[in-house]
Amino acid sequence: MIKIKDAFKNGKAFIPFITGGDPDLETTKELMLAMQEAGAALIEVGVPFSDPIAEGPVIQAADDRALAGGCTTDRLFDMIASVQGEMRIPMVFMTYINPVFSYGQEKFMDRCVECGISGLIVPDLPYEEKGEILESCHRHGIELVSMIAPTSEERIRTIAGEAEGFLYCVSSLGVTGVRRSITTDIGSMIRMAREVTDIPCCVGFGISTPEQAKEMADRSDGAIVGSAIVKIIAEHGRDSKKYVYDYVKEMAEAVHT
Amino acid sequence: MNNEGRFGPYGGQYITETLMNAVLELDEAYRKYKDDPSFKDELKALYRDYAGRPSLLTYAEKMTRDLGGAKIYLKREDLNHTGSHKINNCLGQILLAKKMGKTRIIAETGAGQHGVATATVCALLGMECEIFMGELDTERQALNVYRMELLGAKVNAVKTGTRTLKDAVNETMREWTSRIADTHYCLGSVMGPHPFPTMVRDFQKIIGEEIREQMMQAEGRLPDAVLACVGGGSNAMGAFYDFIPDESVRLIGCEAAGEGADTSRTAATIATGRVGIFHGMKSLFCQDEYGQIAPVYSISAGLDYPGIGPEHAELYRSGRAQYVPVTDEEAVQAFEYLSRTEGIIPAIESAHAVAHAMKIAPEMGKDKIIVINISGRGDKDVAAIARYRGRDLHD
Repeated sequence: MIKIKDAFKNGKAFIPFITGGDPDLETTKELMLAMQEAGAALIEVGVPFSDPIAEGPVIQAADDRALAGGCTTDRLFDMIASVQGEMRIPMVFMTYINPVFSYGQEKFMDRCVECGISGLIVPDLPYEEKGEILESCHRHGIELVSMIAPTSEERIRTIAGEAEGFLYCVSSLGVTGVRRSITTDIGSMIRMAREVTDIPCCVGFGISTPEQAKEMADRSDGAIVGSAIVKIIAEHGRDSKKYVYDYVKEMAEAVHT
Repeated sequence: MNNEGRFGPYGGQYITETLMNAVLELDEAYRKYKDDPSFKDELKALYRDYAGRPSLLTYAEKMTRDLGGAKIYLKREDLNHTGSHKINNCLGQILLAKKMGKTRIIAETGAGQHGVATATVCALLGMECEIFMGELDTERQALNVYRMELLGAKVNAVKTGTRTLKDAVNETMREWTSRIADTHYCLGSVMGPHPFPTMVRDFQKIIGEEIREQMMQAEGRLPDAVLACVGGGSNAMGAFYDFIPDESVRLIGCEAAGEGADTSRTAATIATGRVGIFHGMKSLFCQDEYGQIAPVYSISAGLDYPGIGPEHAELYRSGRAQYVPVTDEEAVQAFEYLSRTEGIIPAIESAHAVAHAMKIAPEMGKDKIIVINISGRGDKDVAAIARYRGRDLHD
């Protein structure tokens, strides 16, 4: 089984996010393969949810498109299973807790293992509540990714001390979405985390340009980009493959230079 | 599992990391002030001199005679300043926020009652105020939108999702995530992450405490049943809480069934929902087999919510309280009935509880007593009820 740490074998990681089933699952599959070819180190696939409270308007709209297009948790698992054989990099799910809870966590983890999902990112499951699914994740060898935010302050050490896979460092206040500039002192957040953990730290939220990606990767182990890619998909729909490939290639190269 | 703010298996703090320190700070401040004598005195004075508490307990003599069974009393939260129970919570939370050094308040609203109460207290206490309201609700309750603006609040029409209360909560949470340092989220019901369900209940429990005292004065004994409508459940929790240890007092929550709990056009969470985790809490939610939150419907914008507060979920699980669905049609009939019979126009939300009282009172003996919590007044609903009855008023 591919592990999250494999994403960091070749140095800094560029981590793209797309919403599963936006605009349909066939396109998601094509995009995953294209992003792998373009140099993505790990792929985050969003499980669409009706009320994604951590997302800005761009990813909210992607969730709406995916659900309107008939994407369900089962169909998403089926698609991931079908692409698994061709994937050489780790795949993680970004999902709100209710789809996992509702599906039944044991069954959810079983299916993750079957189709090669290495980890979960659950934005509405903070440190205090991670016990909800942590045991079940561990029994299945799935890593539960922890998040730290600009407001975390002294919590950073507590969270990072138990973090696994990689540590997701939220760059700014607010929801996901493209930002002109990132003003948080990312460097000191990462330094605090590194006092207590050896796992890679990656920065996400608000990154869209190669310059931003490089800047964030310089201070951490990688950059995560969602909204900027989802925007391309919103514009080009089923014909997004070439555009997403070009964008990811440019971003991955920026992270590696 | 985290035991903070749990009611049996329900409750918790399922929110983004960005908001965690904000709710921990709020919890700490609430613990500090809730038993602080000067905070309590200040709040008590506001309840009395500004909100008009205690609210009356009115004996509904004509209704009692007409239904021919149990004696019916009405707890008159409609007589509070701003016309509903929502002011109790807003005075408490915004006073607390001020003590915490916050200068800006944000809040969601459904029918507009919580928004109006929030805007009112912000005007009184000199806080900046921004309200999030589903676009559909701004149309259903246009008068309340203008009222909030008159009080100095900025009202944002939420255009995402079902454009109702659930989406207003989503958007207010998103807003809080982007601006925390000077901003308090004044959540309007006994829902959301800990400490909100506990704190809001504590600010509302005065309803039940007053009912007890007033009932002892009027009848020298406790009522046999207390009825209240339930959306998120704050007026019901406020009315029920003091009576939880008194097993002889039946607690009955009346949910909005919309066009029927057996149809898809419903908001009856206990009747049709199942356990889930959403809006910061583990509780019961209307959702599909994959955990997607279901679009809900009720004629009442204040009950049009796909979840229920976690303490209600626990009262249901333990059997201490009972929850019944009431349809739009039954609520509208009760709205008209109470207006005609007692000269009291209830909020369409509260009319759901009146409707259930009309069902059970005739079957109860004349020596029995029920209390209906009239959580708000119905002025805001007059145009919508006229429309329901086929008359188009220009309000």
